[in-house]
Amino acid sequence: MTVQPLIHARGLVKRFGDFTAVAGIDLDVAPGEAFGFLGPNGAGKSSTMRMIGCVSTPTEGTLSILGMDPVRDGVKIRARLGVCPQLDNLDPDLTVAENLTTYARYFGLPRAEGRRRAAELLEFVQLSDRAESKVDPLSGGMKRRLTIARAMVNQPDLVLLDEPTTGLDPQARHLLWERLFRLKQQGVTLVLTTHYMDEAEQLCDRLVVMDAGRIVAEGSPRSLIETHSTREVVELRYGDTPLESLRGKLDGVGERIDVLPDRILLYADDGDAAVAEVHRRDLAPSSVLVRRSSLEDVFLNLTGRTLVD
Amino acid sequence: MVTTFVATAGLRTGTLSPGRIGAVISRNIGPLRSGPAYWVVLVSGFFEPLFYLLSIGLGVGALVKNITLVDGSVLSYAQFVAPAMLATSAMNGAMAETTFNFFFKFKYIKTYDAMLATPVQPFEIAMGELIWAMIRGSLYTAVFLGIMVAMKLAAFGWAVAAFPATVLVGFAFGAVGMAFSTLMRGWQDFDLLTTAQFALFLFSGTFAPIENYPPAIQVIIECTPLYHAVGLVRDLATGVPDWATVGHAAYLVVMVVVGLWFTGRRLEAMLLK
Repeated sequence: MTVQPLIHARGLVKRFGDFTAVAGIDLDVAPGEAFGFLGPNGAGKSSTMRMIGCVSTPTEGTLSILGMDPVRDGVKIRARLGVCPQLDNLDPDLTVAENLTTYARYFGLPRAEGRRRAAELLEFVQLSDRAESKVDPLSGGMKRRLTIARAMVNQPDLVLLDEPTTGLDPQARHLLWERLFRLKQQGVTLVLTTHYMDEAEQLCDRLVVMDAGRIVAEGSPRSLIETHSTREVVELRYGDTPLESLRGKLDGVGERIDVLPDRILLYADDGDAAVAEVHRRDLAPSSVLVRRSSLEDVFLNLTGRTLVD
Repeated sequence: MVTTFVATAGLRTGTLSPGRIGAVISRNIGPLRSGPAYWVVLVSGFFEPLFYLLSIGLGVGALVKNITLVDGSVLSYAQFVAPAMLATSAMNGAMAETTFNFFFKFKYIKTYDAMLATPVQPFEIAMGELIWAMIRGSLYTAVFLGIMVAMKLAAFGWAVAAFPATVLVGFAFGAVGMAFSTLMRGWQDFDLLTTAQFALFLFSGTFAPIENYPPAIQVIIECTPLYHAVGLVRDLATGVPDWATVGHAAYLVVMVVVGLWFTGRRLEAMLLK
């Protein structure tokens, strides 16, 4: 028996006037999955998320969320979604706890139930001690955790997270990832957008790489790296030397070469061997780094551009 | 490929839910508990018309003495001015919520974006905010009516009859103010609105019967909303309702319907792209 997908899209298009934000994408997200959209700003991730969140009408194509039509059944679908938007829209007129209890009322939950869930969720996102505080004094990471708690107040079947850790410091990101991982373990279906490859690798079972409104690759983080990159990557820096002139001289070292403005990337299954070959050719760099291949490399390989410009 | 969506079709509006409208209203109760700042704004809106009543109604009233209306009835000047200040108070109370506060929530703190991610629909937001504005406006008018009765400017029975009229006035101006707020580009546009409100306040038969103006001006005034609000409230507060009173009420009902409908559509167009 096949499980009905929570999100099912075929040929999904979103246009704003002449501008095409989403240019025909196919998607299926299964219950319990952690699914990611990876891509740079402007790739069409947020437009796709807004259509899934039933706050934006698809221009063309078919879209079904939780087995329902987002245009006709938007109210019913949104009742079962949890949304964490890219820009915080917490209510600064209300306290931390009131942000949750007020939100619970929009879903038709009785006041007592709203208070019970608010207390529970504040515990979960480690903000219980700030319950009576206003929102403004909270740090960026705390606000984002509160937004995630708010998204959970209706015990959603599907949680949409648009750039959940953008703008947060490393410590705050790790705490957030850890909380999201706990949700995933509880069986909550997560759909997130990100332009951080480490985030996609940490959280997603499966992801699509988006560029200019299209899906350019799909798979698990591991399989994407295996398919679209080599096992290791060597980063070479040469101080002020014009890098383009070195391209020819490095030809044949590793499987592929990318020349970026500030460094050269050599894709090779054995990084140390590649470095040895570079030295043998008398092209000793000012600095060298051998690392494992990441989704950043996958994206660069697929589009010829870096993720974070 | 099957094309399920037509480019121009918007998200369909489902059945309106009183529970969700109630939730939108109750969101506004939180800030009331937040301290004195909001209460200062709330109370100040009430004093303005009261000061006008005392300064002009009583002050100028001492010079003018009595005023004879077109139908031959004779009122003291304060009796004539008080219902107009009452109607203005209802207008100001409701519009303070649906213009400044609405715009702030709409454009700056994104309250409505957050609401629309839930089952709450644009028209339910418009309804909820309007009812809240009306509650605020009604608090002003109830107290103001009490003062009118205490000052013997209105009979108790007619004051009670005038109360629902002030509620209608609040609804009407609240709805239209909210519709305007969805069109505002920034705070500077509110200067225009404030000026318009003040012009209405001065010329809508508030301080003098409009029969004193040239006929062309009279016609213009008869087209503007506060004239009808003042007419409705004055007819009831002074105890002389007639068919014109029904006409005034009808004008205000149209304002409610058009303002709400327009606001719902604008919220949809701007927030559900």
